[in-house]
Amino acid sequence: MDEIRELYQEVILDHNKNPRNFHVMENADAELEGYNPLCGDHYTFYVRYDDSETKRIAEVSFTGNGCAISKASASIMSAFIKGKTKDEAEHYFNLFHDIVVGKKSAADHIEELGKLAAFAGVSEFPMRVKCATLPWHTLHGAITGEDTTISTE
Amino acid sequence: MAREIMESVHATSHVQRSFDPVTVRADFPALHQDVHGKPLVYLDTAASSQKPNAVIDAMTDFYRNDYSNVHRGVHLLSQRATDLYEGARSAVRRFINARNDREIVFTRGTTEAINLVSRSYGRDHIKEGDEIIISAMEHHANIVPWQMIRDMTGANLRIIPMNDDGELLIDEYKKLFNDRTKMVAVVHVSNALGTINPVKEMIEIAHSWDVPVLVDGAQSTPHMSIDVQDLDCDFFAFSAHKMYGPTGIGVLYGKEELLEILPPYQGGGDMILSVTFEKTLYNEIPNKFEAGTPNIAGAVGLKAAIDYLSQFDLDEIARYESELLQSATERVKEFTGLTVVGNAAQKASVLSFLLCAVHPHDIGTIFDQKGVAIRAGHHCAQPVMQRFSIPATARASFAMYNTTDDVDRLIDAIEYVLEVFS
Ligand SMILES: Cc1ncc(COP(=O)(O)O)c(C=O)c1O
Repeated sequence: MDEIRELYQEVILDHNKNPRNFHVMENADAELEGYNPLCGDHYTFYVRYDDSETKRIAEVSFTGNGCAISKASASIMSAFIKGKTKDEAEHYFNLFHDIVVGKKSAADHIEELGKLAAFAGVSEFPMRVKCATLPWHTLHGAITGEDTTISTE
Repeated sequence: MAREIMESVHATSHVQRSFDPVTVRADFPALHQDVHGKPLVYLDTAASSQKPNAVIDAMTDFYRNDYSNVHRGVHLLSQRATDLYEGARSAVRRFINARNDREIVFTRGTTEAINLVSRSYGRDHIKEGDEIIISAMEHHANIVPWQMIRDMTGANLRIIPMNDDGELLIDEYKKLFNDRTKMVAVVHVSNALGTINPVKEMIEIAHSWDVPVLVDGAQSTPHMSIDVQDLDCDFFAFSAHKMYGPTGIGVLYGKEELLEILPPYQGGGDMILSVTFEKTLYNEIPNKFEAGTPNIAGAVGLKAAIDYLSQFDLDEIARYESELLQSATERVKEFTGLTVVGNAAQKASVLSFLLCAVHPHDIGTIFDQKGVAIRAGHHCAQPVMQRFSIPATARASFAMYNTTDDVDRLIDAIEYVLEVFS
């Protein structure tokens, strides 16, 4: 497979075309904008927690637009993160980051990564790392109580 | 004898080399390399051009043999550096047909030239309630400095609107004038759309209201011959790096009588005649606007770029580039789902487009893997993107060193994007 196919895998193209959880959330517990000034990717993320003691993430949704990588990343993240605690979300935020910058190999974490593994190809495209991580940075900001727009610059 | 001398003088002021893109390409070393295993196709000249050997060598030779500071020493190297620096000023004057060298101010580039005018002119001549006219297709470099002056003085910005093809509405432009209008600042060729604006006509209109005009020539200087006297513009700004010269140097042309009345932009060495703690006497123009050690090697490189271009008939280059742009435009339009953004009747160099639902950033990455370098994004012209309700475009821009082979590769790259995203 060439590097472009490695980057634009079927899953990514599918989530870009039909993003999941792509809507405004009325009763969100947290809401935050993410913006990549370089290419204009611009999203708003919404988070709702459940009533359990650990306040698991019950739902993440998003709106906005940007490139295929950022949109698919947002979509896959929104599905993946459902039911996770804040600590677990933090763990995956770090792991995802390490995979897309090439610090860790996706092959070593294939089980826990699930669909996130589709983003392993991003590490060959340093200019696109910010596209993949923008949704994660923004979600991270939302759950840690940031209230100003997250910018990747 | 006399006749012979006449003829040789005549010959040097005329075309020395007939234009041929293939031999021109050979002059640009960076074009001859592979990226991602494919021969590079460079279609990003609107962002910055590649450099011919003549420019690279002139700058290297200067550093190796003649380098020193200018206007300062009595020693030989300082004399040589000063002669080269001032020689570059004369070359610029001839290149844009200014009246005299005093009208040529070296700056860091277009951006600094516009900041110079907006600050210096704005300080004494723009007051609360005054109006500055700019257009809907300006680069941020010709928006933000005027906004800063607006915010400092309480003046207002008026915007010349454009139609869906990306052409300024001249009738609307005429209606923007009143006795509070103090300045018009307009782009000659749009970097986002490629539109060539009718600046000569626009200047005439502004002058009928006694309003001076600044022309942003960043994208026009590389692609057409410029005659500031014919345009009758009051200020003209451009950057060397877009016209095959080095980065870090550009030019502000200003009519002598205007430059004379503008206060200095920055203070420091070279821009003074005498300094005491009580009072400083400023130098004459253009030195008044060139505080500090200038970009001497940059000026040498700019002169080499001008000399390089001046071998050719610039109109012939313009015709060639225009045909290339036209044929590329016709060919890309054959793809269903491809939309060209910017369809002005008069265009230069720039082919901005959208491809189905594929984001320009994805197009840029996929093109790059095919060796085709383009720009994807808002091109520092976000209001243009807002005007067309789009986040970004993919932009291929053509120069004298591009060929129909490059257009073939562009078409292949578009096919590949469609294949990946099918
Ligand atoms: C139309 C236009 N104006 C101004 C500029 C700014 O030029 P520079 O960055 O060289 O100062 C550019 C270049 O990006 C341009 O295309």
